[in-house]
Amino acid sequence: MASPIKAPPTSLQELIKGLWRENPIFVIVIGLCPTMAITTTVINGLVMGAATTFVLAASSAMISGLRKAIPGPVRISVYVVIIATFVSVADWSLAAWLPEAHKQLGAFIALIVVNCIILGRAEAFAAKNPVVPSIADGIGMGLGFTLVLVMISAPREVLGAGTFLGIPLFGKSFEPWVIMVMPPGGFLTLAAELSLLAWWKDRSEKKKAALSAPLQEAV
Amino acid sequence: MEDLVLIFFSASVINNFTLTYFLGLCAFMGVTNRIDTAVRLGLANIFVLLITSLATWLLNTYVLVHAPYLSLISYIVVIAGAVQFVEMAIKKLSPTLFRALGIYLPLITTNCAILALALFQTSRGYGLAQGLVYALGAGVGLLLALVIMAGIREEVEMSPTSKLIRGTALSFFIAGMLSLAFMGFAGLFSKA
Repeated sequence: MASPIKAPPTSLQELIKGLWRENPIFVIVIGLCPTMAITTTVINGLVMGAATTFVLAASSAMISGLRKAIPGPVRISVYVVIIATFVSVADWSLAAWLPEAHKQLGAFIALIVVNCIILGRAEAFAAKNPVVPSIADGIGMGLGFTLVLVMISAPREVLGAGTFLGIPLFGKSFEPWVIMVMPPGGFLTLAAELSLLAWWKDRSEKKKAALSAPLQEAV
Repeated sequence: MEDLVLIFFSASVINNFTLTYFLGLCAFMGVTNRIDTAVRLGLANIFVLLITSLATWLLNTYVLVHAPYLSLISYIVVIAGAVQFVEMAIKKLSPTLFRALGIYLPLITTNCAILALALFQTSRGYGLAQGLVYALGAGVGLLLALVIMAGIREEVEMSPTSKLIRGTALSFFIAGMLSLAFMGFAGLFSKA
């Protein structure tokens, strides 16, 4: 590209990279526990994604703002306490506003504290960057996480319950694949999607190689 | 007594933390390449789970009755402290075991199974004895899942597998099969 050598990525770019290129689940493979435990319906996935995005953005902002004040040796403990504070906020707000969803997700909202994505972004990004890019990074990673939650919960809900967002799709004669909403379905769906992704990546790499081969010969 | 036996088997096989609640998956996927490390990690986990259960009970009984909104923050601080304490105690009492466990000890802090134990124990209203048995059951369940997974992966490593599913995807397929097998334990007790 023609950009100057030291041009830092804009906040928008920080936001977009989390969606696909550095997607927390598919590419970095962290934050797995909630990904499978709560993705039995699309709505649960969306609520969980929204809560995680909020915690990511808020804790990234705070950690980035305090990054010069936090002493190095105890930084992890400080991060954990900050994250736990925002998770408590999310937990109690959900219990107040969406009691139904809160009951469904149960302990998994509180377990956002130990979601490695959040501590990972704090250490890898927010601790080294100013506030605005950190918020953008947090929102981007959160949206990427939500995207994956929807991608996993959609096939599980459609096949396992015959509904999408609670709306019946197939009429009465459909026999739901109950296994898909049970624990094994979560493992199998993620496994299938990971191998599909590997197949897709492999194919596009082969295509690129086939395109560039004659060029290299000509040179 | 019967109650305690039920809690133990319910936590270890019927509602196995890893294979039915998806807890502790990062360790499950990350360090199950060899059986001996899996065993060590499992044992360290049992130890930390027991201490966490005790600490959670103390917190719930004496501190958090006055300030329930602090529960999450105090659990996580206590877990981090407990792991640190266990690390120092083992280093002092048995340097051999300390060297054998290595990096796995501090990593336990971020294992979601530990925090989940504190939360589940609280939401089910378990007392001291019930909580400790529940922690032991959960720990044995984790150990079981880790060791079985490591055993299968040691074998799979040597087999010719398709390039597309090798690695993480294959591990998830195996975990799915294991989870299916563990579903067979449901109905072991009529009450569970």
